[in-house]
Amino acid sequence: MAKTLFDKIWDKHTVQKIEDGPSVLYIDKHFIHEVTSPQAFNGIEKRGLKVFRPQQVVATADHNVPTINQHLPIKDELSRLQVQQLIENCKKHHIELYGLGHPFQGIVHVIGPELGVTQPGMTIVCGDSHTSTHGAFGAVAFGIGTSEVEMVFASQCLLQTKPKVMRINIEGELHNGVLSKDIILYIIAQITASGATGYFVEYAGSAIRSLSMEARMTICNMSIEMGARGGMIAPDETTFAYMKGRQFAPGNGLWEKKVAEWKELYTDADAVFDHEININASDIQPMITYGTNPGLGIAINGHIPVTDTIPDEGERNNIIKALKYMGLESGKSLLGMPVQHVFIGSCTNSRIEDLRLVASLVKGRKKNENVQVMIVPGSQQVARQATAEGLDKIFKEAGFEIRQAGCSACLGMNEDKIPAGEYCISTSNRNFEGRQGAGARTLLASPLTAAAAAITGVVTDVRELI
Amino acid sequence: MIPLQKIHSRFVPLEMENVDTDQIIPARFLKATTRDGFGKNLFRDWRYENNDETKPKADFVLNQSQFSGEILVAGKNFGCGSSREHAAWALQDYGFKAVVSSFFADIFKNNALNNGVVPVKVSDEFLAKIFALGNEATISIDIDKQTITLDASGLQETFEINTYKKTCLLNGYDDIDYLIANKQAIEAYEEKQV
Ligand code: SF4
Repeated sequence: MAKTLFDKIWDKHTVQKIEDGPSVLYIDKHFIHEVTSPQAFNGIEKRGLKVFRPQQVVATADHNVPTINQHLPIKDELSRLQVQQLIENCKKHHIELYGLGHPFQGIVHVIGPELGVTQPGMTIVCGDSHTSTHGAFGAVAFGIGTSEVEMVFASQCLLQTKPKVMRINIEGELHNGVLSKDIILYIIAQITASGATGYFVEYAGSAIRSLSMEARMTICNMSIEMGARGGMIAPDETTFAYMKGRQFAPGNGLWEKKVAEWKELYTDADAVFDHEININASDIQPMITYGTNPGLGIAINGHIPVTDTIPDEGERNNIIKALKYMGLESGKSLLGMPVQHVFIGSCTNSRIEDLRLVASLVKGRKKNENVQVMIVPGSQQVARQATAEGLDKIFKEAGFEIRQAGCSACLGMNEDKIPAGEYCISTSNRNFEGRQGAGARTLLASPLTAAAAAITGVVTDVRELI
Repeated sequence: MIPLQKIHSRFVPLEMENVDTDQIIPARFLKATTRDGFGKNLFRDWRYENNDETKPKADFVLNQSQFSGEILVAGKNFGCGSSREHAAWALQDYGFKAVVSSFFADIFKNNALNNGVVPVKVSDEFLAKIFALGNEATISIDIDKQTITLDASGLQETFEINTYKKTCLLNGYDDIDYLIANKQAIEAYEEKQV
């Protein structure tokens, strides 16, 4: 029977199917971090259990860590305790930890792929909703709750109900200045922040195939922002070329065999999806959000919807409330509006390619004096690579502040926060009320659009600068 | 988990819709490293003036001595918002064994079941009848029969729960117990892979 890519991987990992209940799904890789793991460790200890397959767990500290002076003790007492607990738990349970100070430390969804831990055909979970990122390699990857983290510790398995499958086809060529972040913001704006609830999404089509691995990760990362359980892209030569030679990628001897297996990971020609969406790549412009969920986005040269003309009352009230929080007006354009902050970072856009793109635009230019610009590399490896390529010099000359690796102002759990009432163009993934700090106003956009605003001090169509 | 077959208790009426997980347990409590003690922070900002435990807000149901019991009854769309399991922990730790509402957010429902708190979905009309009851009234919930009964009038509705999860609740099994009991199958699966 013809199968989708998702079904091939799901079926292969099904240990058992419970009648009138969920399936027992085997998990290949389990990433953990300091915020959602402590209770799960406590849980298995209370039951007198050990971590069942510690060699399949990889840990890092990212959510709560400071992004300056990482060599000093963490000032916030509770954050310090959480990070300390992670160190102790990993030691006790023989789990590999890339903690603060380790050359592999970084945001969990950045380090998995860059170390070659993330591989095609795997099932991957983490107590974090953006685990969908790893799907870019043709893996079934999704976020889980803390009880589920405990289940995976105890048994390397999860009880899961099989989701429905959706395919989003994007055909054609992208306009100049349009990045993969714009593709995903466009999709979410089209189908809304809950439009893929209950589904696992496969992205396909010529526009997707033409993207680099890092660009594909940005798309899969934000699948969760439209309610999807996860997102994935079939592996191809681009995937294999990216992976070859990485730290934990299959070595010589094994590499050819693995690639041959991975080449079988595609959706069969006559496989049927529960839902399909077709998008023309040339319809996509650089995007920006104006509201307080990632689905409230417009083309950079477009206008905020006129609220009076929105027929659905619930949606209308939702947008009115969002505009009030954002201090923005119905029907207006965002172009030319001053911003006070630019944040380039997060598991969506903090990889080396993102930094290269930003550097290519700002080289020889200076930031606007009214804007504060923070660049937070996704990992220590990204930071080292940026220095090796001289990107750090370009940023410094432009007046940007470069921080150390971590989640940072993406969720403001450490001290990196945006002050109340101020605007921040951010390359992260959530613009919820208070996400970047109480009262902070977030405009989500691509790294190029963020860089353009850093130079001009206002919301800018990046195509005017390239 | 402790086996849970029947609940017979008075109830706490929280007559509000869209109670989100940020209200159930505010974000600042996510820095904790244990599951314990979340009960004292349940509905923290609705319960206390300026986060001060010595100043309970008199108008909030948890602070009103006429209401007590193991059942929380709330308006529709209970548990919406973030996926934080801390919300379920807080309800459980406070002493609730069931939440009755006419609609539950998906993730909350799973988190609650994973923590021995039964989400009992009833019709809007039935919910209205509960809110109309006096504070001395008691409710009976039978998990095996999947029924909820208003004791004084005998009025009854049935509620949904999948067979697997029901078995777990009745026997006090949780998913981890199930998975551990099936370790042989898991190990056999692993062996087949290499
Ligand atoms: S960068 Fe932001 S979205 Fe990504 S894992 Fe960290 S907090 Fe979550």
